[in-house]
Formats: sequence, C-alpha cells, structure tokens
Amino acid sequence: MNLLRFFQWMSQTPVCQALAQSPWAFAVIESVHLLGLAAIGGAVLVLDLRLLGLGLRDQPIDRIARDAHPWLVRSLIVMLATGVLLFSTEPVKCYQSTAFRVKMSSLLLAMIFAFTVRQRVAMAGDGRVKPVWLKVVAIVSLTLWFGVGASGRWIGFSA
Amino acid sequence: MSLLPFCQWLAETPGSITLRESLYTYPLVESAHVLTLCLFVGLAAMWDLRLLGVTLTRVPASELKQRLGPWIKGGFVVMITTGVLLFSAIPVRSYQSLWFRMKAVALVLAGLNAFVFHRGIDRTIEHWDRDPIPPRSARRAGARSLVLWTVVVVCGRMIAYSWFDCDKQPHSRIVNTLAGCVVPGEGAQ
Repeated sequence: MNLLRFFQWMSQTPVCQALAQSPWAFAVIESVHLLGLAAIGGAVLVLDLRLLGLGLRDQPIDRIARDAHPWLVRSLIVMLATGVLLFSTEPVKCYQSTAFRVKMSSLLLAMIFAFTVRQRVAMAGDGRVKPVWLKVVAIVSLTLWFGVGASGRWIGFSA
Repeated sequence: MSLLPFCQWLAETPGSITLRESLYTYPLVESAHVLTLCLFVGLAAMWDLRLLGVTLTRVPASELKQRLGPWIKGGFVVMITTGVLLFSAIPVRSYQSLWFRMKAVALVLAGLNAFVFHRGIDRTIEHWDRDPIPPRSARRAGARSLVLWTVVVVCGRMIAYSWFDCDKQPHSRIVNTLAGCVVPGEGAQ
C-alpha cells in the first residue's frame, strides 16, 4: 500500500478539509496537545528521576511506578488523539517531513520501552535490579521521550 | 504609564535584533521554553494532583514538596529565563498581544495562589502530611493551580497566532484597548 496516496486521499476528506480550513481548530487542538505534553512530562519524569536516585528517592520505586502509570496512559491517550487530529490537518506535509518521521520512530520506541522494559524494571521491587541498570533504563527513557518532544517541536519549524 | 516606549527601545537593541533575526537560536530558545513545560508544569501538576488527593497519595505531602520542589523551581527558572529571551526578541508585538497579556495575568494569579498556599494551609502541613486526601483549602489551591497553569500554557501557545495583532485592524474597541493597540482616531493608549 502506498502511504503517500492514502494521505493525499485523507487530506481531501471533508473532516480534514474542515479542520485544515478552520482558523481556530488547529490552534485549539495544538493547545490541548501541549497540555498533554506537560502531563506526560510529569508522569515520565517523576518515575525516571526516581530510577536515577533523584526526586522521590525515599519512596519505593514500584509505588511511584504504580501511581504514575495511569497518568502516563491518560496523557498518552490525549497526546495520540490530538496528535492524529493535528496530523490530519496536513497529512502530506507531515508524511514528507523528516522531523515528523524522526518523531514517529522515537514515539514508537518510547512507547514500547515504557510499557515493556521500563514498567517491568520499575515494578520488580527494590533490590531486584541493580541501581546501574535502573539508571540506564531512566536515561534511555528520557532520551527517547526527549527525542519525541524535540522532533515534534521541529515539525513546525521545518517547511 | 505605558511600557510601549521601553519595548520599542528594547526592540532596537543589538541583542534583541540578533535573537529575532537568528536562524537557529530563536527556535532553540523557543524549543527549550516548550520542552521545559514537562519539567515545570509536569511536575507542578503532579504536586497539584497530590494536593487533590488523586495521585501519590501514600507519599507524605511534605516529602513530595521537599523532593520535587527543587526540580519545579529549577524548571521555573528555565521557563522565566527562556521566556524573557523570547520576549526580548519580539518585545513590541508581545507587549501588544492580547494573549501575552492574559498569560501575564494568569502568571501573576498563579504566583498569588502559590503565595496564599504557602502562607496558609502549607503552614500546618504536618497535620495533614500523610492524609491521602488533604484538607479542602489545600485541594482548592491545587485545583486553582491546575486551572491557572492551563490558562498560562494555552495563552502562551496562542501568542504565536496573529488574529488580534494590532496591525491587523479593524478590531473591536475592547480588543484594541485590552491589547494596548495605538489606533489613530480611537484614542486608545
């Protein structure tokens, strides 16, 4: 299947046309996307800081992980929903944007990592995983999410 | 008193011109401003949600404040620094932006809210430190904080849009007054 042709078709659908032509829609959806960014940042940072031995360092890791996880999931849902809408206002531009491709690749990796390795390591219980590996997990997580955020911001700068 | 002459002077300083016309510095400062949302608003929101009693309820409130406080403050310093830089690059348009002005008002209110919390219910934190759901005035401070920072973020994003820019006349008189547009014949300051 040719993705470009699919996105060309998508951009011609009434919903996408309406979103793309509305003077307010993009701005409003983008604002919600930004609020989601703040929320997801908090949910990711509170656990990654703990894994690094910073932040809430007197609390058991699995407790932080258990409490932060629902907020990660919720903010991710907001991000994905608003992200799809933003994408649908200019699918062809996004498809051809290097920043967008970098963002999608990082996002896929970040989500897989968050829901597999990171969550499993965090829920393992104190002392089961060596501190150095906890730090490695946190650094990988922060790097991947930073990649998503930075390349996401750069979509807007690249023509 | 109007700050317009100051903003006009600022716009002509070499630093402002350099930043405004830079190819990469301005977008990088702006990216830092946006991404620091995660650190500052993100962690502040976790603290507000703890005050509301909906997350990290088994972590004592004072511990959360003590451990996350420095990160939130650090994030705030980055926000203010990058924010001042962004303003200094485009001072006149920012000063006359309805969104920027609403953002500034919300920022002041958020600061006041934090001050009221600090001077009020925060002083008795040891009494409700381990309560999963803090007392009503703490919950209210948390809710107000979430609302105000939401307004700050949304208004901040909207500054980029030119709907209410002074050079896009005609606007209603109220928009021109609130944005501080100088419109010949309308007598607005």
